[in-house]
Order: sequence, then structure tokens, then C-alpha cells
Amino acid sequence: MAKRIDIKDVNIYYGKFHAVDSVTLSVPPRSVTAFIGPSGCGKSTVLRSLNRMHEVTPGARVEGQVLLDGEDIYAANVDPVEVRRTIGMVFQRPNPFPTMSIRDNVVAGLRLAGVKNRKRLDEVCERSLRGANLWEEVKDRLDKPGGGLSGGQQQRLCIARAIAVQPDVLLMDEPCSALDPISTLAIEDLITELKQDYTIVIVTHNMQQAARVSDQTAFFNLAGVGQPGRLVEVDDTEKIFSNPSQKATEDYISGRFG
Amino acid sequence: MTTATTDLHRPATGPAFQGIGAGRKIKNAVATTLVALAFLVAVVPLVWVLWSVVQKGLQPILSADWWTHSLYGLRPYDDRGGAYHAIYGTVVQALSTALLSVPVGVMVGVYLVEYGAGTRLARFTTFMVDILTGVPSIVSGLFVYALWISILGFGRSGFAVSLSLLLLMIPVVIRTTEEMLRIVPNELREASYALGVPKWKTIVKIVLPTAMSGIVTGVMLGLARVMGETAPALIVGAYASSINLNVFDGNQANLPLLMNDQFANPETAGFNRTWGAAMSLVLIIMLFNLLATVISRLSAIKK
Amino acid sequence: MSDSTLADRSASAQETPRRARVSHGTLEPSRGGAASSPDTPEGPISTANTAQGEPASTPVRRPGDRVFRGAAVGSGAFIVVLIAAIGLFLLLQAVPALRANQVGFLTSGVWNTTDPNGLQFGILYLLWVTVATSVLALALAMPVSLGIALFLTHYAPRRLARPFAYVVDLLAAVPSIIFGLWGIKVLGPTLVPVAEWLSRNLGFVPLFAPGNVSIGGAGNVFTAGVVLAVMILPVITAVSREVFERTPKEHIEGALALGATKWEMVRTTVIPFGKAGYVSASMLGLGRALGETVALYLILSGTNAAPKLSFFDGGATIASKIALGSGEFNNELTAGAYIAAGLVLFALTFAVNALARTIVAGRKGSA
Repeated sequence: MAKRIDIKDVNIYYGKFHAVDSVTLSVPPRSVTAFIGPSGCGKSTVLRSLNRMHEVTPGARVEGQVLLDGEDIYAANVDPVEVRRTIGMVFQRPNPFPTMSIRDNVVAGLRLAGVKNRKRLDEVCERSLRGANLWEEVKDRLDKPGGGLSGGQQQRLCIARAIAVQPDVLLMDEPCSALDPISTLAIEDLITELKQDYTIVIVTHNMQQAARVSDQTAFFNLAGVGQPGRLVEVDDTEKIFSNPSQKATEDYISGRFG
Repeated sequence: MTTATTDLHRPATGPAFQGIGAGRKIKNAVATTLVALAFLVAVVPLVWVLWSVVQKGLQPILSADWWTHSLYGLRPYDDRGGAYHAIYGTVVQALSTALLSVPVGVMVGVYLVEYGAGTRLARFTTFMVDILTGVPSIVSGLFVYALWISILGFGRSGFAVSLSLLLLMIPVVIRTTEEMLRIVPNELREASYALGVPKWKTIVKIVLPTAMSGIVTGVMLGLARVMGETAPALIVGAYASSINLNVFDGNQANLPLLMNDQFANPETAGFNRTWGAAMSLVLIIMLFNLLATVISRLSAIKK
Repeated sequence: MSDSTLADRSASAQETPRRARVSHGTLEPSRGGAASSPDTPEGPISTANTAQGEPASTPVRRPGDRVFRGAAVGSGAFIVVLIAAIGLFLLLQAVPALRANQVGFLTSGVWNTTDPNGLQFGILYLLWVTVATSVLALALAMPVSLGIALFLTHYAPRRLARPFAYVVDLLAAVPSIIFGLWGIKVLGPTLVPVAEWLSRNLGFVPLFAPGNVSIGGAGNVFTAGVVLAVMILPVITAVSREVFERTPKEHIEGALALGATKWEMVRTTVIPFGKAGYVSASMLGLGRALGETVALYLILSGTNAAPKLSFFDGGATIASKIALGSGEFNNELTAGAYIAAGLVLFALTFAVNALARTIVAGRKGSA
């Protein structure tokens, strides 16, 4: 199940603009890695390059290697669709499919991949919703539209939808930034549980959140206006927050800038 | 010494606000009145046209025969019979137009929004869609005559009418599809890609269903508009006073053709049939508009 | 977090191979191509794959994607082909008739096509009636549409603006045959006294002099122009409304803050901002008027007499002449004569519409 990710010398461009400069880091399996840093430093961009979602943006381009258990996801014969089936993603704003019921939302990935067996779909639906700590809240209204849930519930629905296809890695792009503190807490608890089975990478603006949920933290920063974002340092979360080796990291964490 | 007295009573400070000249006030009032009048000028003919149609066309359509019988075998002065043959033709021709135009129009919309955005072909296509929007209906009739009837050798039929309406309908479907696809949030596409769903499946199963009610609304409105078209039907269709259920073969009436035929009939029956057909046409168009509104209420995308 | 992962990390950081960078194009190379410029260090994105010497099929594409994409692109190209086909097939059918024509197509007003062996057809008179009705309609509809568009965007109470706009749109939903019927049977007779008054008092102006049909019959350019004006009102209004709505709020507030009255605000901000859009909306209306067929076919009284360049002329427009001739479409040459006229109409509306769209597009680019 959970796999490790090795990012090797990754550069990302939007057209002519060099957005991210030479990032190299490893994400161990069954752990949570947090990406922190000021706005526009490229942390979300790096995250999106891990399942080739950047290709949706016109003109975006990645150089370098991203290895999933040693296999380059950018190799010529790799289908981006397969990459994304293996590496799931949860977005900043909850985005359930508005035309689908809660049940259909959860099993959307499987159904669109051609799974028709009703019994299996129901099983996956329950398992994923339980996995996302949402089952008890929605089990009586699985046929209602997903848009009717609260923001926090919608986000957990999106997590359930992402884990229903049984990915090896889960990418989360500021999953709590649109949520209230109580929903945020629920998602954080869930992340800690999901860590047992998945490799998780999370982008967050909230440093307390990074400190609470992650095992490893990577700090990104901009060298200057118009300069590409770069990885300043990556280390155990405890070390980053107590005794970072770079001055820039310390300044950021102690709130002196950013 | 009246001026002196008023001067004495004048307050020490000026008025709180500087007044504006009477000229400016008058200009403003005149502009406001003219602008409101312009709107009334548009309402008058609308109400007048609809009133004329109801006043002259209501009585003929109240007979049960109107909706169930044709004019087969009736003489110009027989004030009996109905417009079933023409109503049937109008609806069937409109439906076959829809059946042909929707797939093409939707695919062009998908191309413009999902695949072509920013490319030269897409810009050129957009321009051509604009041109197609402006093609006069009589020209679309002539085109179908030149290609379908003259060169390919098919006869005049209800289907030929549908083909000429197709040209008028396609740009409507494209525009609507384009507009609706553009308001489908990108997040939904990304969510689908992130689940490992290929692009085409994302479009077919996620994007199009989300935009569907909007597209259907646009199609209904477009149909309501093209089914009142007469010009192409004059060229490539042919009126028949009897019921012809086959859209592909032989003369098939529709409401505009019926009106055109009976317009030349000076008898009272002709008057009743013409205005009755006009009334029926307005009713059917209103029905389609109403359906469109109902469908758009159910829309999945909240603007 | 175990020590081994830490070690792993530092190891991998040091061992990062300094090999040639592999470039990965986007899913949509063509999209990126439009945004990039050739002086990108790595070369234009659109050729990123081929520049690396890799086969063009590098981005893995599923068969489903390929088929669907092909269908979409094909449909887009189909529209372009369709327009070309309209021009081409009309031309193909028109040429034999034009060859057989015994009078000048553009310089004669005669229309005698019943005998295919002695074809005589010219569009001179048709052109006059077409232009006269359309221009009259435009002259009547332009100021009114401007008023309506301003009313709907800046004067009507907010809650009523939408239903009011819907009412104007309804005008566009009324079929032209019904407008024609109303025009000749209801509006025309009502307009006759007005026409007679105009002709009596302004008869010294050629446009208001008696035409080639009787004023009492109402089947003249005057009635037709008024009906056409009503028909193009919603077209001009809809596009103008859209442009006026986009007037930047800062401009409006700036004008109001200077103490401008509402009308002064509209005159100094909304109208200058929307002028180009209004002009092109009017062109679209003109295009619609030029091509309108059935309303004019019912309204205009037929005549073979030469027009007197008056609003009280009868006759036919190009479009209504074609409709009148629909019964004669029984041999190639006669049909060809009408198709030749249709080709002129197609070219005319193409030009007017293209011009209108170019104005709008130019405006969008600069705004």
C-alpha cells in the first residue's frame, strides 16, 4: 500500500517563469510530511507536480524526477491517469460533484473506472466513509446530494472519495483553510489515523497544524521577488520547530516574517 | 425696499448644499423620461402583436377539431377542420433538428472550452460560429436546396426543413454549451483528474452532467426560436393539407407553412386558419420557453 | 520518524544525479504553445517533447481520449467547413444561371425567370428596397434600443430589471411570420394616415414622395421599416445591455462623486465606455434586418415598376424575392437565379456581421 516518494532535482516552470528551483526531498511511507512557507513560494506547485496535476495548467512544465518506490512518474511510458489513480489528492476547497449523491460521490472514482458491481461499491462506500470518520453522520442520507453537507463534512466526503480508489499516497492542498476550527480538528484527527495506511503530504499555511499532524516538515521560501521558490530545509517536525538549522526557517516559524 | 428686507432675513451662512442649475436638473429629468419611454416603446408592439394574435386566433383553436384534424379535403370556405397536420409537422421537424444539432453543437462547445482554448483553430471557429449566427434563414434554406435537393437529388420533405433549421440551431447550441461549460468550476475537473479519471471521461461523466440542465434550457429556447422560421420551409419544404407522419418523405406541413398557405385565402375560413395557426405557434413557443425556465430552475450550477 | 529515514534523506540529497534534465510537456502542448514565446531557453513548450528527440506520442494518451478529442476537434473544424460549403455550393448553383443571364445582374432591375431559356434577372431594385427597409429600421431602432439598454442597466429598479429585460427578449421569440401578419393586417392600416400625412406635408423631399405602389395599401418600405425596427430592437438591446453593464464601477462612482447628475454620469462614463459595443450591436441588428424574409414577404406589395427611391415604394427585398420565387424552384437555371441573389445576401450579411464582431473583439482586447 503506502509507498515512498523521492523528489530529485525538480524544477517547475509556468511558460517562461521559473516557479520552483531544484527541489530534492524524500517522503517516507506511512508518515505525514508538511510543506510550509509564505504564499507564492511554490509549495502547492511542488505538491501538484507529485501527481502530475500541474499538467492541467496550460504551460506548466516539470523537469527532474519524481520517484514512487523507485519508479519515475514522469517516465515516457507512464500514463498520468495511472499516476493520479495511485496518488490521490484533496483540495483546498471541498469540491464534491454537484450532480451526484453522497454515495455516488464516494464511489465516483471506481465507477468511472468501470466498476459496476453494486455490492462491492456499497462496501467500498461504507469503508471509505468510515475511514473518513463520516459514516455515522451520513449513513441515513447516502442518496442526498453531497452539496447539502457542511463544509467540514464535505471535505471529509472528498477525503472519502480520494481514499475509495485505494491510492498509495494522499496529497492534501491546504485541506482545512476553508473550514472552521472544529471541522479542522476533525480533519487533523483523521489525518493522524490515515497515516497508518497512507503516505501523506500536506500543504498548510497553519504552522500549529504542521506541528500537530506531521512527522516531517519542509520549509519553502522565495529567494526574492520574481525569483523561483526553493526548498530551504526539510527535517523532523520536532527539530524544525525547536531547533531549525537555517535562520530563515527560524524567522518564519517565530513569526518574524511571512 | 423689498430686496433690503430679504437681505436682512437671510441666514448668515449659505445653504448646506450647493444647488445645481435648473438646466442640469431639467436635462436629467428629460433623459430619465426618454429612457423610460424607450422601454415602453418596446412593450407596446409586443403587447399589441400578442393581443392581435389572441383576439383573432383564440376562437379557432378552441374547437376540438383544431387539435385533432387536418384540412384534408376541405374547400377554402369550409370553416371546419384543424391544424393537427401542421402542429405535428412543426413539433417533429423541431425535434429532428434538435436530435441532429445537439451532438454537433455540444461537441463544438466541448472543443472550444475543453480542448481548443487559445489555439488558432478555436479562435477561427468562434469567429465562424458568429458568422453562422448571422446567416439569414433564407440563405440556409438555399444552401440546403443547393446541396440536398439540387445536387444530392433528394425531394422536398419535412426532413429537408429540419436540415435548414439545423444551420440556425447549431450556433445556438454551441453558444449555450460554451457558456455553461465555462461556469463549471475547474475544481470539479481537478477532483476528477485526481481520482485518476481520464480527461474524456471527466468531460462526459462530470463536466457535461453538471452543465446539462443549462444546455437543455438553451436548446429549448433555441428550438422555440427556430420552429417559427418560415423562409427555409418555403424553399425546401412543401405544404400539405393532409397528415403526413413521415418526416423523411413527401410534403409535410408545419404551422408557418399553413399560415403562408391560408394567408392567400380570402374567405373567413382562411382568416380563422391563419390566425389560429399563429395562436397555436405562439402557444407552442411559450410552452417551450416555460419548459426551459423550469429546467433552468433545476440547474446544478448556481451562478 | 526513524534515523534510517533521516539517513536516507541526506543520502539521496547527496546522490542526486547530475544528469541531463528530462523535460515533461503538458498534456496539452498546443495550449501552452499559444502562451510561450520562442526565446524560452528550453525552446517553445509546444515542441518540448520533440525538442528532446522523443517520439511525438510521448505523453501517454488513452484511446478514449484520442477518439473523444478527435471528435471535438473535428466538430470545431466542421463549422469552418460548413461556412465555406455554404459559399461554395451557392456559387456552384449560381454560376450557370449567371452565365445564361441576358441582363446585368447588378445593374438591372428586371426579374423575369419563368423562361429558363430567356433568363433576365438583376438585383438593382431589390437592393434598393433591401437597403431602404434595413436603414430605416436601423434609424428607428438605434435610439430606442439605446434608451432601453440604458433603462435596463442604469435606470430600472434593480428588482424589475430582470423581468423587464425578459419582456424585451420576448420580442425576439415572436416568429417573423407573425410580425409580418401583424404588420400588414394590423399595424399597416394604422400607419396609413401617418404615411399620407408625411407624403402630403413632406412630399417635396424625394424620400416622402409617392412611391411605385399606392400609399393606402400599406405594403411599402415605410411599414416594413417600422416592423423590422421592432424585430431588431431585442437584438441591439441585448448586446448593448451587456456592454453597458460592464462599465467599471469606479468610473460611475467617480462621476457621481464629482456631483454629476445621473444623466451626466451616463453621458460621461457609460456611453463612452459602451460606444463600440453599441455600434457593433447595431451592425448585428442591421445584419438581421438585411436577411429578414418572411415578414417583408407578407408586407411588401409586389410590383414590377422601377422604384422612385421613396419610403412609399413597394417591391421586394433580396430575401423576400427569393421567398416569393420559391414556387419557381423547378429547374436548375431559375433556381440558380434566386441562388445568385441569395449569394449576394450571404456576402452582404457576412461582411456586416464580420465587421460587427471585429469591433466587439477589438473592444474586448483593449478593455
